[in-house]
Amino acid sequence: MAETVANASKVVKRFGAADTAPALDGVDIAIIAGQITGLVGPDGAGKTTLIRILAGLMAPTGGDIAILGQPPGEMLDQIGYMPQRFGLYEDLTVRQNLDLYADLRALPPDERDTTYARLLDFTDLARFQDRLAGKLSGGMKQKLGLACSLVRTPRLLLLDEPGVGVDPISRRELWAMVADLKGEGIGILWSTAYLDEAEKCDRVYLFNEGRLLFDGPPSDLTDRIKNRVIRITEFEGSRRHFLTHVLDRDNIIDGTIQGRAVRLLVRDGQAIPTGRDLGGDKPVVVTPADPRFEDGFIEILGGGPKGTSRLAESYRTIPAGDGAVIEAHGLTKRFGEFTAAKDMKFSIGRGQIFGLLGPNGAGKSTTFKMLCGLLTPTSGSGSVAGNDLRTAAAEARASLGYMAQKFSLYGDLSVRQNLDFFAGAYGLDRAEARRSIAAMIEIFELGKVVGQNAGALPLGYKQRLALACAVMHEPPVLFLDEPTSGVDPVTRRVFWTHINGLVDKGVTVLVTTHFMDEAEYCDAVSLIYRAEQIATGTPDELKAEAARLANLDDPTMEDAFIALVEDSDRRRDTAGREAA
Amino acid sequence: MTMPAIRFDRRRLTALMAKEAAQIVRDPSTFLIALVFPLVLLFLFGYAVSLDTSRTRIALVLEDSSAPALALSQSFINSPYFDVTVARSVRDVRSKMVDGSVRAMIVIPQDFGRMAKLGRLPNIQVATDGSQPNTASFAAAYADGVFQSWAAAEGLGARAPAVTTSPRFWYNPALRSRFFLIPGSIAIVMTMIGTLLTALVVAREWERGTMEALMATPVSMAEFIVSKVIPYFILALASMALCTAIAVGPFGLPFRGSVLALLAISAAFLMPALGLGLFISSATKNQFVASQIALLAAFLPTFLLSGFLFEISSMPRWIQLITYAVPARYLIPSLQTVFLVGDIWPLILPNIAIMLAFGLGFFLLSFRVTRRSLD
Amino acid sequence: MRRLLAMIVKESWALLRDPKARIVLIMPPLLQLFIFTFATTLDVRNVDIGVLDRSSGVHSSELVSQIAGSPNFRHIIRLESSADLKRAIDRQEVIAALVIEQDFDRDVAAHRPATVGIVLDGRRSNAAQIVAGYIGRVTAGIGADPTIEDTEGGTIVTNWFNPSLDYIWFTLPSLIAIVVSVAGLSITSQSVARERELGTFDQLLVSPMRIHEILIGKMVPPLLAGLFNATLYLIVATLVFGVPFTGSLFLLYPALIIYIIALIGVGMLVSSISQTQQQAFLGSFLATVPLILLSGYASPIDNMPGWLQVVTYANPARYFLIIVQGQFLKAMPMGAVFDQLWPLALIAIVTLSASAWLFRARME
Repeated sequence: MAETVANASKVVKRFGAADTAPALDGVDIAIIAGQITGLVGPDGAGKTTLIRILAGLMAPTGGDIAILGQPPGEMLDQIGYMPQRFGLYEDLTVRQNLDLYADLRALPPDERDTTYARLLDFTDLARFQDRLAGKLSGGMKQKLGLACSLVRTPRLLLLDEPGVGVDPISRRELWAMVADLKGEGIGILWSTAYLDEAEKCDRVYLFNEGRLLFDGPPSDLTDRIKNRVIRITEFEGSRRHFLTHVLDRDNIIDGTIQGRAVRLLVRDGQAIPTGRDLGGDKPVVVTPADPRFEDGFIEILGGGPKGTSRLAESYRTIPAGDGAVIEAHGLTKRFGEFTAAKDMKFSIGRGQIFGLLGPNGAGKSTTFKMLCGLLTPTSGSGSVAGNDLRTAAAEARASLGYMAQKFSLYGDLSVRQNLDFFAGAYGLDRAEARRSIAAMIEIFELGKVVGQNAGALPLGYKQRLALACAVMHEPPVLFLDEPTSGVDPVTRRVFWTHINGLVDKGVTVLVTTHFMDEAEYCDAVSLIYRAEQIATGTPDELKAEAARLANLDDPTMEDAFIALVEDSDRRRDTAGREAA
Repeated sequence: MTMPAIRFDRRRLTALMAKEAAQIVRDPSTFLIALVFPLVLLFLFGYAVSLDTSRTRIALVLEDSSAPALALSQSFINSPYFDVTVARSVRDVRSKMVDGSVRAMIVIPQDFGRMAKLGRLPNIQVATDGSQPNTASFAAAYADGVFQSWAAAEGLGARAPAVTTSPRFWYNPALRSRFFLIPGSIAIVMTMIGTLLTALVVAREWERGTMEALMATPVSMAEFIVSKVIPYFILALASMALCTAIAVGPFGLPFRGSVLALLAISAAFLMPALGLGLFISSATKNQFVASQIALLAAFLPTFLLSGFLFEISSMPRWIQLITYAVPARYLIPSLQTVFLVGDIWPLILPNIAIMLAFGLGFFLLSFRVTRRSLD
Repeated sequence: MRRLLAMIVKESWALLRDPKARIVLIMPPLLQLFIFTFATTLDVRNVDIGVLDRSSGVHSSELVSQIAGSPNFRHIIRLESSADLKRAIDRQEVIAALVIEQDFDRDVAAHRPATVGIVLDGRRSNAAQIVAGYIGRVTAGIGADPTIEDTEGGTIVTNWFNPSLDYIWFTLPSLIAIVVSVAGLSITSQSVARERELGTFDQLLVSPMRIHEILIGKMVPPLLAGLFNATLYLIVATLVFGVPFTGSLFLLYPALIIYIIALIGVGMLVSSISQTQQQAFLGSFLATVPLILLSGYASPIDNMPGWLQVVTYANPARYFLIIVQGQFLKAMPMGAVFDQLWPLALIAIVTLSASAWLFRARME
């Protein structure tokens, strides 16, 4: 049995009065040397609070904690800690950041060169030593943050959501780096909201609302639902339609779209439905599927939402028009010498979901912003709902609903005032506004919080409110920028239920996302890398392409993403070499 | 509970200070506060704010056109204190008094010439624009002066007062308001760097999450505070030196004391200024709130309650008591003394002692507040 | 119209509900009201005066006791020698010292003109001049023969608009101009920078809201705050401090609104060139200092060098200061108000169009 580097039992943490709900409620955790311990749970579960207590940055209200046998805060030179925002000085260079932490952690000067060489090689940052940390991409910042916490090999490494907001390639690289550290006997605590990461941990602590719901190896959780996960193919009509109906059944507690297939989780104790059960006259094909950690998580939280969206039910049907709803013809944006997006071309028909995927800084936000009128294209043209972006920008804006990355609401205004404002901003008249606000409050269950400041709401509520504000005027087009980042899987499913329903009513959706499984909901995706579209097609087409390129068998969307990006890099290198 | 309280490690301290120095160089707000602001302020106090009365615009109403009346009006026109417009009647001037285009009106009445010919001292009427009390009383006094010297020259009412005064203004014989405004604005510059800038940079560490990362390293509280204090201390002294150079150069202020005394005074003042800045930022942890509080707690008092622009002795008792808590109150007389008089240690030393005591108090306070970690 | 209304309602709520905005809104004006009204006076009172009396006669004693009796002076400190005098001045123990020479009593008794020397501390040259004036007034009465009635003429001074030259009658009306400028500039620049930092500005730009609607909406909070502060000061000035208000509210308020709009234009310019809230704050601060110092409040514009006087024509506070003082004390008529108003309106138009243009440009 390996050494336990950190041990905590019955940790309680309350912010404020004794009668408030605790942020942590009697949590036990042990971190073992040479293992990656996962700390998993939705936003607000208490992950950050626990990490801060272990790092000695906060005093617990109750409970016993031993870090390397000492109280927290005593063994600071043996701990590496990477806070959520990486703790980097953005106005210092990569090298200056490393120097600072090396000195603070008393790295002996004679070891400095070898340590830096190792860390820079390990993080692949050697080329960027003189760049300001603030000018690095999200993935590079994260690697630098990790390097800073590793300048002196710690015995305990605490990583607070290192993968958040970072593209799949960087996340995978980071995971590989940390997995390497296991071999050095470091005890690693990795907190995450990404459940695919949780699956790879040696041991997982699953949290919700300050309580521990599960701990043990991830396979223990997936074992509970073995044989209850199925994959359905060969059904009639649209997959969204099918999913909606199937989810309304009592014996199905969760479902997601996967390319042309639908994945379902069957309620505990219920028989696995047959093809005829689900398809009626036109039986569908039911095949067993491997359970994933996320399935287990949803099960523990009591299952996902039902299939029918009340928002969609009350939404108007968008009349069919002729031609595409969103069009981009060679959209290009240059900032001085720098090309942020080059020659973007796509067209999205009525009632379609189109996804823009790509690493941070690749150009997907630029493309997105050009289409919603926040940036004027340097060249090329585009239209939204038949309105040309150059000549009818205001009309184009009136026909779209916009939900921004960080759920940009007015934090100091109440929920009701936010709704009032957006109703007015989109020019709803008094009666429409009243009716629409009442409907939004009911559908998104905002009644209890209607008088609270939007800024003080839990993230899930914020996201619902942001969606409410975006759809209140029943626009024919929705622009969603990272609409589910940081939100727990159940809330994400509710969100997609609404979107699926709206699309059924003829709404056209343009979405950017980091969650590769969400890309599966799209009718078509475009992968943007280094300011160019490197691949466009249905998710299944992209996966097939990736399978061909990287010789993969049944790749996930994430595999496809990585394979396509790597292929683009390869081609670029070859082109570069030929040019030279 | 978290950071060990007092522990110094030379390497950690140097590293933290090197980091701070690199940030100072790259931060536009440092540039604004430590360079642009002092220049703007010095410029304004050197040129714009002048309490020296220069030519006041007055209207002269001649109701009499006798020779003595014309002679007196010529004296007014020739006076360096007045910029005279001649008017026919009081009514013409009234609207000019209302819109402020003249600040006083002098009326030479109808029987002026007759009285003068009789060898008696005639009357003149002076009406001032009371909405500017300062200008009004200066104008009245200068008008009287012009009139009296005219009368004396004419041998009228030769009743010179039995006792006259001969004032001599030491250290500033030409009564240049610049001479006391510039040392005062140096005090404001040091307040801005010491308190506002320091409050901003520490609050920024909290806001950007770098404080959290530092706290998880073996850095001690004392190291952190010292690493913030020393760079901004040096920056404030550099800015002070720049201001002094401008004061003594283009603005022609004398510098009669020693550089040592100037340094000692400035260094002593920076203790409470920096201490207050640290305290504010640690207590608020938010740049916006910190900057607002720094304005209210440091900038305004330095401006208004330090004796810089307004005489403390003339304020109501309870405000005078408050001024004792304004560190700049002790700085400004010392600075003025070093510039205009010399090293008057009996005046300077007690002030230094009081400022150091305030500084100690603020540091202890910020030490207490900062120790509370993330809770 | 509905959009504009929604924007205005939202901005008003944002102002009232944001605790940080409330700090800016309420604290500085109140503090300034207190400090300015009580602390800023150009009278000199309670100062200590040194006396070096080498004459020690009846008349010199009378002079000293007259000085001691003046309400402006607190203590009379006897000095024994020139060295004593220098020490007292240098250490700022006294602001001025009277030097009564040996033959003073003899001269006064003989009705010869006598002179009293005054040494004043030039470090506080402003206060020192006023003290010199006080002392001069006291000495003028010494030795005068009270039996000779003064039938001769002289200077008859009347102070229009403020007969007793009460300083607060000057301070409080002027403060309205100052306080409104602080509110107008900092609130305007903050409200835009804040939206930009929070990402809600994009949200606004994506809505069908037009730039002018956004700008008009953004004018509401500073306008409300400015009107609130000005009204508060107006009430306190007239009711608590008894400053007369001789003009017309129907002239003052429209002028006030145009003034605030001109300030908002300046604030918008600041915010459209700043990236963060911190820069907006520093920018508005850097703009406020010259705005106040070049307004004619801190010192008369006439005292400035000619080229700087030209610069003050661009300062909105300059014009409003004349209007507000005129409305309080001088019953300034409409024509005179208008003379000050059109340059204000011009400044407002220029700054607002410049910032609207910059906003469009900055959208890139």
